[in-house]
Amino acid sequence: MRMSGPLLKVEDLTKHYPIGAGFLRKPFSAVRAVEDVSFSVEAGETLCIVGESGCGKSTVARLLMRLVDPTGGRVLIDGTDIAGLKKHELRAYRRRMQMVFQDPYSSLNPRLTAGQIITEPVENYERLSRKQREALAADLLHKVGMSPEMMHRLPSELSGGQRQRLGIARALALKPSIIIADEAVSALDVSVQAQILNLLMDLQQQLGIAFVFISHDLGVVEHLGHRVAVMYLGRIVELATCEALFAQPVHPYTEALIASAPVPDPTRVRLEAPVAGEVPSPINPPDGCAFHPRCPLAVERCRIEVPPLVPMTDGRVVACHVRAPASGLQAQSAAERDCPTVRLAGANESIRKSEKPNIT
Amino acid sequence: MTLPAATLEITPTAPLGFSGLARIARRHPLVLIGGGLLALLIVLALSASLYAGDPGNMDPFKRLQPPSAEMWFGSDHLGRDVFARTIFGARISLMVGLASAACAALVGLLIGILAGYNRMFDNIVMRVMDGLMSIPTILLAIALISLTGPGIGILIVAIAIPETPAVARLVRSVVLSVRERPYVEAALCGGARLHKVLWRHILPSTIPALMVQGAIVCASAIMTEAALSFLGAGVPPEIPSWGNMIASSRLYLAIAPLTIFGPGICLAVTVLAVNLLGDGLRDMFDPRAKRRR
Repeated sequence: MRMSGPLLKVEDLTKHYPIGAGFLRKPFSAVRAVEDVSFSVEAGETLCIVGESGCGKSTVARLLMRLVDPTGGRVLIDGTDIAGLKKHELRAYRRRMQMVFQDPYSSLNPRLTAGQIITEPVENYERLSRKQREALAADLLHKVGMSPEMMHRLPSELSGGQRQRLGIARALALKPSIIIADEAVSALDVSVQAQILNLLMDLQQQLGIAFVFISHDLGVVEHLGHRVAVMYLGRIVELATCEALFAQPVHPYTEALIASAPVPDPTRVRLEAPVAGEVPSPINPPDGCAFHPRCPLAVERCRIEVPPLVPMTDGRVVACHVRAPASGLQAQSAAERDCPTVRLAGANESIRKSEKPNIT
Repeated sequence: MTLPAATLEITPTAPLGFSGLARIARRHPLVLIGGGLLALLIVLALSASLYAGDPGNMDPFKRLQPPSAEMWFGSDHLGRDVFARTIFGARISLMVGLASAACAALVGLLIGILAGYNRMFDNIVMRVMDGLMSIPTILLAIALISLTGPGIGILIVAIAIPETPAVARLVRSVVLSVRERPYVEAALCGGARLHKVLWRHILPSTIPALMVQGAIVCASAIMTEAALSFLGAGVPPEIPSWGNMIASSRLYLAIAPLTIFGPGICLAVTVLAVNLLGDGLRDMFDPRAKRRR
């Protein structure tokens, strides 16, 4: 860890959405959208979060922006926990972190012009004259490769790629040090995707902005990311540098994910159906490792105990009892080593209980 | 009296100028017809004293006359000019209609937006609104007027109260759907304060629905006023109103059948004009329709 500490640090971030809650009524269950997610992002770095639909990627983005309040955990920007801030204190930190949205059609107010949309964030913090506003709009449009004349257009008069450029310009308006892009290119055509990705990479080089890039598209992630976090059912299962992850995935889910990604090479032999089954429901996730019902390597321990994220020799962290057993770690203290056995003893009943659903 | 008219008439067209007005007229004929009729009625009602005679002037020798060159709509049972009374009655009808619509729309908008954004307020106030909705308009008006005595102010309030919940529910439903849109979240991410989000991103989306609902409320308020005056619970009888004119003509229908037509047709035309305007405005404000150029 560096002396200055990371720009963004997320610790044990958790979000449960209650089900069945109403007026004076208690929820009877909850969707466990995000569970104990921890990562950090350095200045100027890109962290990609990948996973299939419903694994909690977008919820992480919304939690980082505090569009939803976390159930637990901390989000630290330069050491300040924004998860605990009051609404008016939060405004100051909103400047540091901005977001690019997935859908360039619904994320722009159809009644405002391009110029009004991209200068609005600045006008939330300071008063601009008409001239200043136009200069700012022209500057922002220039940064995202659009001509200043576009500022008078309505979103409905622009193409999808141009709209997403507006979304990026809006995110740049406050000169943030970190931008969260939630599936920022997945709604666009492939040719436009490449333009937008290159734009994001250029902006990162010029302005030194850190990105948290959320995607389900491994091709995009490989192109963009410095480090990649793989999420499955609300938890991070593997976090590694981009090269290491694609060269040698450790977690069986990462392996399956990479194997199942389409590659434009007709001669390549593909594994047939890398993993069987469906993603379990986050309302009632499996005991132990959430991936065990689909995992070809699953052992008894996977059904009982949630695997912790264990650091590997090459710097990555993996949550898997088989591939990255926690007991093999030297740094582990005696007390911690005792812990699993204690939990094992207590969990014997839950094995019996969980045996039935596992067989069926 | 001109203020509610202005909110209905001028707001959508004001920033456009003459060519914009012409374009709206071409593309949305309903707005032109409804708005034109309503504007004509308002001008006629406001300038009534310039060309119509005294509505209170009685001539016992010319009672229950059919329409003639002197008295276009004939005369009533006290020998008063029905045309003059109809024109002056338009003031009451339009004022009550527009003012109740404006009151219901403003209060409903405020309640709807707050309810859409605050769960607690929503739970409490919307139950009260449900209760208000179940009160029949005419009954409430009769009850209120018997408490305070007849008057136009109390009439407007009495008509606006039961219309407010419908507006509030409508606005609330629009707010609930709009607040989840990504552009509203984007505004929050950009550091916008709540009041700015409401004013700039949510309020404009409620205007089309509000306009249409406002027109419906206005039309039904005009009808309710006429009904109340017809029943004798509306405006004081010495003030001419379409409702009390129709009521008094009804008694002499067999002798002078034509005197009922003046106020009756005016009432129908006014309600039609307001409804046409409301329909036209709904089409005009629909951003999806706007995109097709």
